[in-house]
Amino acid sequence: MNKFKNVTSIIVNIPRKNIDTDIIIPKQYLKAVTREGFGNFLFDDWRYLEPGKLSDKKERKKNLDFVLNLDEYSNCEIMIVGDNFGCGSSREHAVWALIDFGIKVIISTSFADIFYSNCFKNGLLAIILDEKEIENIKANGKSYSINLEEQLIYNDNLKVKFEIDPRKKQALIEGLDDISETLLLKDKIKNFESKRLKEKPWLF
Amino acid sequence: MGKTLYDKLWEDHCVHTYENGYSLLYVDRHLVHEVTSPQAFDGLKIADRRLWRKESIMAVPDHNVPTLNRGGQINDPISKIQVDKLDENCKTHNLLKFDLQDERQGIVHVVGPEQGLVVPGMLVVCGDSHTSTHGAISCLAFGIGTSEVEHVLATQCILKQKSLNMNVKVLGDMNEYFYAKDLALLIISKIGTAGGTGYAIEYTGKAIEGLSMESRMTLCNMTIEAGATTGLIGVDKKTIEYIKDKPYSPKGDLFVNANKHWESLRSDDDCTYDKVFEIDVSKQDPMVTWGTSPEMASSVNDNIPDLNDIAFSDKVEDFRNALDYMGLKPKQKINSIYLDKIFIGSCTNSRIEDLRVVAGIVKGKKVSDKIKSAIIVPGSGLVKKEAENEGLDKIFIECGFEWRSPGCSMCLGMNDDQLDEYERCASTSNRNFEGRQGRLGRTHLVSPAMAAAAAIRGHFVDVRDEI
Repeated sequence: MNKFKNVTSIIVNIPRKNIDTDIIIPKQYLKAVTREGFGNFLFDDWRYLEPGKLSDKKERKKNLDFVLNLDEYSNCEIMIVGDNFGCGSSREHAVWALIDFGIKVIISTSFADIFYSNCFKNGLLAIILDEKEIENIKANGKSYSINLEEQLIYNDNLKVKFEIDPRKKQALIEGLDDISETLLLKDKIKNFESKRLKEKPWLF
Repeated sequence: MGKTLYDKLWEDHCVHTYENGYSLLYVDRHLVHEVTSPQAFDGLKIADRRLWRKESIMAVPDHNVPTLNRGGQINDPISKIQVDKLDENCKTHNLLKFDLQDERQGIVHVVGPEQGLVVPGMLVVCGDSHTSTHGAISCLAFGIGTSEVEHVLATQCILKQKSLNMNVKVLGDMNEYFYAKDLALLIISKIGTAGGTGYAIEYTGKAIEGLSMESRMTLCNMTIEAGATTGLIGVDKKTIEYIKDKPYSPKGDLFVNANKHWESLRSDDDCTYDKVFEIDVSKQDPMVTWGTSPEMASSVNDNIPDLNDIAFSDKVEDFRNALDYMGLKPKQKINSIYLDKIFIGSCTNSRIEDLRVVAGIVKGKKVSDKIKSAIIVPGSGLVKKEAENEGLDKIFIECGFEWRSPGCSMCLGMNDDQLDEYERCASTSNRNFEGRQGRLGRTHLVSPAMAAAAAIRGHFVDVRDEI
C-alpha cells in the first residue's frame, strides 16, 4: 500500500444519502480480474448517457449535469458524500474506482461498514464528521488541505479537527500491510489452531 | 452478567486482541466465488505467500455464470476469463470447488449450508455482503472485501473491531402469507438501511422460533440491507435437525460431541444488548418496495407515500429521486403497479421451500400476457433436482415461467439475465438499487409468493387475493 501524503484540492460534493456500491461501480465492471483501471467507470450510470462495457473503450456521451464531469473537478482529490455512503455490496472495486479516479480523501457523516474497512485497506482516507462540521466546510471555501498527522482539514478560513482510529492512521501514514503485521503472530495463530482442532474437531 | 450469542462467538474465535481494540479472529470457513477472489489470489502470488489452510475453503462460480445453455462454453469472453481464473486458482491450491457441470454448483450462500460446510459455531467469511445468511445457522458470518479475502487466505484470520449488540425482538404470530422476506423488509423499513451499521443483529421472539431454517436464512441474508454485516439466530432443535446428515456435516461421535457445544450457542437469559428493537408482526400485510433502497417499502395494500406527509419531511428529496427513477408517483396505489418481468431466485429466495410456495400459487394458472418474461432460477443444482423430483418444474413451465440453471442471475445482472431500460420487475432478490438489475431498470423487492401472484395478475396484488 502507498503511504498517504497530505492533500490540497478542490472538494467535490455528492450529497445524496445512501449511495450504494452499485452506483459507485456498476456490476459489468466487476468482471475484471485486476485492481486497476476502474476510474473511468466511477459513478458510471450518472456520468455517462450511454451504457458502457469493460471491454469497450470507445468515448461515451457524458452527462454534463453530473458534477464529476465539470472541468474544475477533473483533478479533484477530496470528495464530500451523503450519509451511509457505500452501502450494499462488499465489492472493493468501489474503492479501487475512487482511487483510480484520483480521490484521496472521502468525507461523510457515515459510511457503510464493509466499504469503510475497504477504504483503509487501500490507502483511501475516509473521514467521519457531523453534519454541522460538513456544512461549515462547504460554506467556507472550495479548496482545502488535509493533514493526516495533525488530523486537520483546513484552509485560510477554517480549521476542522477530525477523529481517526490510531491504528488506521498509522497504517495510512506508513503504508502498512495488514498481512505482514498479522503474520508476526504466526505462532500464536498456529497454537490457537491446534488447540481448536483438539477441542472442536468438527469445525475442521 | 450473561453473554449474547455474538459475544460468545466473538470470544470463541479471538486469537489476539491488540491494544487499540482490534482483534484477530480465526476463520473456520472461507467461501469463495469468482468475482471478488482473483485479485486476492494474485496478491498472494505476488507476495510469494502460502495459503494457510486449504481445507477451510469452498469455492463455487455463481455471480457471473449463464443460467441458459449450460452444456457449452460461456459465451461472454470476459466472464469466461473470470470463471476460468477461479478454476485455475483452485487447481493451483487444490481447493474444494463445485464446477458449473457439478449438480452441487449454485449460489455460494445456498451451497455452503446445503453441503453442511457451514455448521453452528463457525466463523464464516466470504467476499460477498450476503454472507450474513449463515448467521441463521448460528455462525459468526460476515462479508469481506477482496483485501480481506487475501488476508484470510494468507493468515486464516480476520482483523475486526467488535460490533455492538442489537436485539430485534419479533413479537406476535406471522400471518400465513407474510414470509421471512416480508419480515425483513418490514424491519428495514422501520430501522432504515443504516439502522444496523456498527451492530450485530440477533433476532429473537416467538415468530423467529416458528421460522424454518430456510426462512431464517432469508431473514439473516437481508440483515446487511439494514446496515449490519452480521445477523444471528440462536441454535434450537431446528438448527440441529437441519445440520444432521448433510454431506460434509460431522457424523457419529463427532456429531454427538459437536451437539453439546452447539446447544450452548444461544444468548444467556440475563444478557444485555446495546440496543433493542421490538416489532409486532401480527396482522401485517405482505410487503413491496417502491423505491431505490430496501427501506423504501410498504404493505401491498398501502399507497406510495405522500411527499407532503410531515412524517417524511426529512426524506422528501430521497423519496422524490427514488420515485423519479422508478417512474412512480406519490400516493399511487401499490397494487396498481404493472410489471414487465418477474425474477424468482437469488441467495435470499431460491431454496426449495421458496419454489414450493411459488408452485402452490401458480399451479394450473398462466403468467399474465402483460409479462414479457418470468424466470425462476433455483439456488443450486440440488435445489433444481429436488424441484424436478417434486414436479415443480412442470408446473412452472406449463404456467409460462422459464426454468433456468442455478446462479446469482438477475439479482445483480452480471450475466445475460438483466432488465432493459425502464423495465419494471417484481424480484425476490435483495437490492432495489438504481441500475442493480440493469441500467435504468426498476426493481421491486417482494417475497416469492408475492412475485408469483404478480406474475399471474401482471401487477402487484395481495397474494391472499390470488389463492
